[in-house]
Amino acid sequence: MSKLLEINNLSVTLPLPGGQLHAVRDVSITLNRGEALGIVGESGSGKSMSALALMRLLPQRALQTGKMLFDGTDLTGLSDAQYAQQFLGHRIAMIFQEPMTSLNPVYTIGRQLTEAAVQFGSYTPTAARARALALLDRVGIPDPKARMAQYPHQLSGGQRQRVMIAMALMLEPELLIADEPTTALDVTVQAQILDLLADLRREMGMAMILITHDLAVVAEQTDRVAVMYGGEMIEEGTAKSVMAAPAHPYTQALLTAIPRMDGPPRRLGAIPGTVPSLMTPPKGCVFAPRCGFVRPDCLEARPPQLGDADHQRRCVLSDADRPTSAPAAPIRTDHAEVSGGEAVIAARDITQVFTSRKGMFGPKHEIRAVDGVSLTLKRGETLALVGESGSGKSTLARIMLGLSLPTSGTVEMLGRPVADLAPLERAALVQPIFQDPYSSLNPRRTLAEIIARPLTLRGEDDPEACAAKTRDAMEMVRLPARMLHSYPSQISGGQRQRVAIARALVTRPQALVCDEPTSALDVSVQAQILNLLDELQTELGLSCLVITHDMAVVHQVADRVAVMLNGKLVEEGGCDSVLRNPSSDYTARLLAAAPQFRPDEMTAPPAQEATA
Amino acid sequence: MTQVESFTVAVPEEAAPLTPRQLMRRRALGHTGFLIGAGLIIALALIALFAPLIAPHDPFVQSLSSRMLPPVWDDGGTWEHILGTDQNGRDYLSRLIYGARVSISIGLGAATIGMLIGVTLGVIAGYFGGWVDHGVSFLLTAQLALPGLLLAMALVFIIGPSIWVVICIIGVLHWTYYLVVTRSATQRIRNLDFVAAAAASGATPRQIIWHEIVPNLISQIIVIFTFELGIAILAEASLSFLGVGIQPPTPSWGLMIAEGKEAMFYRPWLVVLPGLCLFTLVIGANLMGDGLRDITAPEGRN
Repeated sequence: MSKLLEINNLSVTLPLPGGQLHAVRDVSITLNRGEALGIVGESGSGKSMSALALMRLLPQRALQTGKMLFDGTDLTGLSDAQYAQQFLGHRIAMIFQEPMTSLNPVYTIGRQLTEAAVQFGSYTPTAARARALALLDRVGIPDPKARMAQYPHQLSGGQRQRVMIAMALMLEPELLIADEPTTALDVTVQAQILDLLADLRREMGMAMILITHDLAVVAEQTDRVAVMYGGEMIEEGTAKSVMAAPAHPYTQALLTAIPRMDGPPRRLGAIPGTVPSLMTPPKGCVFAPRCGFVRPDCLEARPPQLGDADHQRRCVLSDADRPTSAPAAPIRTDHAEVSGGEAVIAARDITQVFTSRKGMFGPKHEIRAVDGVSLTLKRGETLALVGESGSGKSTLARIMLGLSLPTSGTVEMLGRPVADLAPLERAALVQPIFQDPYSSLNPRRTLAEIIARPLTLRGEDDPEACAAKTRDAMEMVRLPARMLHSYPSQISGGQRQRVAIARALVTRPQALVCDEPTSALDVSVQAQILNLLDELQTELGLSCLVITHDMAVVHQVADRVAVMLNGKLVEEGGCDSVLRNPSSDYTARLLAAAPQFRPDEMTAPPAQEATA
Repeated sequence: MTQVESFTVAVPEEAAPLTPRQLMRRRALGHTGFLIGAGLIIALALIALFAPLIAPHDPFVQSLSSRMLPPVWDDGGTWEHILGTDQNGRDYLSRLIYGARVSISIGLGAATIGMLIGVTLGVIAGYFGGWVDHGVSFLLTAQLALPGLLLAMALVFIIGPSIWVVICIIGVLHWTYYLVVTRSATQRIRNLDFVAAAAASGATPRQIIWHEIVPNLISQIIVIFTFELGIAILAEASLSFLGVGIQPPTPSWGLMIAEGKEAMFYRPWLVVLPGLCLFTLVIGANLMGDGLRDITAPEGRN
């Protein structure tokens, strides 16, 4: 195997009003022909910036140093025009995260596919069209001829991502960079896209750089893995050895933070602290402030590169120094099924129909978002509601919160119809936690005002009692009271989600409805929040309805599971029985599609797919 | 709890992130356009406020013996009347200084009235949507279809000109910009999760609008306010120029241009000077508005 790409000591610095942001520091990557490299890291780790530097898509004022050799040619020495003419599309191509916005809505699929190829003079218009048709067929778009004349809005998200892949492959690149290619897609679609990428890579003998935050995806799809943290590459090696025997404390911690489907649910390993801001790069190890094995020499100088070409890391610890952490104790022996518990929220035969009109006088158009669903949340249990986008799970959640009334059907809270409850009575019973921590807090209010607001609404006037309750709530979610005077923009995503939980709990409700509470968060922060929810539930005897698309999260938190598809409930039952023996095809498909993380089973080396 | 989870104290904090207010102040001080605009507006406001102390003469006293005196830099100008006198022998500088009072109070008053109407309608339409929104949108379309200046002239003519009538009429005719911006901003904000969280805590629509939505509109409203300020000042000048605005002998820049236009070709400063004043005030308001938009736009996230 010959070297295709060699990046040496790449650094990227962005000048910001507040100083220099060191987005990437001293990263070196080698990639052989036909090899798949996964770059993993949490948000802000610099993983996307490294790829953008290679594609010359960095923000204009960014400063870049280091050497990039592609097949022996020094890319940094080329002008933009030369680079575009010789490399872009022909030899290096990229697909992006958001299929909804990466196609131009005013041009047909066919035009977008063929335009660049014809422009470069690689194909005649007829030949380009033939190649585009063949590729659309290959990426699994049904009826490619008709699709060529369609516009992007006529395609689903998964289909658009397939078109993006076809577009990237038009000129048969030698290297494909995929930046979070499946993050915006549903689980079942994600599995199909990943399989497609793997097949295409094998067929065309293409090298691939897969950038993702999802360790399970990397473990399944790549030959080599590079782990990035704080703009630095802290560990690199074959996927098998990095996943099965991680050598850097950060990688180790990250791996314990992933909820696993095998065995009983265990307490997740949360990494203390928050991701460092990259304004002032540390003198020593970038992970030292959060590291459990930190030593004085970690803070003084940058740790050395240890290990061999198959597996290396930047850490002072030798293999012997590093204690192997024992697996955490299970949080409960198994999913306890609460039998005969009192119903906190009971929804019966809920149907929600949305009608929309085209224009003011257009014909009515009906959508049955929820169709005859009955669901009961019992006291003290965690009920997971699973489904993909468009399944109606969030609509059902709003109805069970009492925020909107269904077209037909009833919701009862502690035996009383929700329509009879005053808004404040309802608020005392059930509270929501939302997915996006960036939109769930009013940016114009301090944390103290945000958390105390439900108390004010209830008419609790005594400022001292309110302040005391607010401080209690902050303590409950493990946030220091000195943050009370901060604004949401000053704290991290995980901290915001804690504040949202504090606000929900300040009035001591009986039940929480959590709508994808962790899907916008990084793995290590997700672990913190899931642990926190688990503790709070035991502490306060809360009942929780957790809406999620992630089967591993279901296994981690749920006692019972309900699965929704197209507005209907397709399966409901105890967590273990549903996950082990799903009775509906759809649940089985969801389970099979979920990327699973089982490092212990990664004994066989991943298939070496380079054939060209 | 183990110490593992009490994470927030473990990390030595770097420079604490700034509050939104501090950030805004920092951006404001680094924005040249905003500083120039705000400086001009503040200077003119001070001049208007302290007009009796600054003006060298009574702006209403006529002196027929010293009519049409040229400014000091022209042949025959005197330091007694630095900017000369008008057709009735009134000191031009004093009239310009008092004219700032009229322009600024009409600008502020009309922009405020427009804001009250436009923001109320915009927030209601954006929050409630549906038929309320259709109704308000119809009002907006109707308003946009009316010829503004013509209508203002007709109204002032019917009701009778006074400074209050002019303020109210200009205000009532200038709310569309507020409405368009606050309506779409409200539509966006009302779908954010913190509004749903407030509803789940039992807040009424009224409480949600005042406590959650309006604070997030303030920066946009301020920006539109400064733009409307400039537009209202020009509208007053137009009305006064056409003779249906401020009535003589009150000094108003628009009126002064109208009065000076007969002598424009041999005493050009009679028109040029009030024109310059108007230009300065409106450019100041617009620079400040542009600056405010730049300063407040990157809301919260940095």
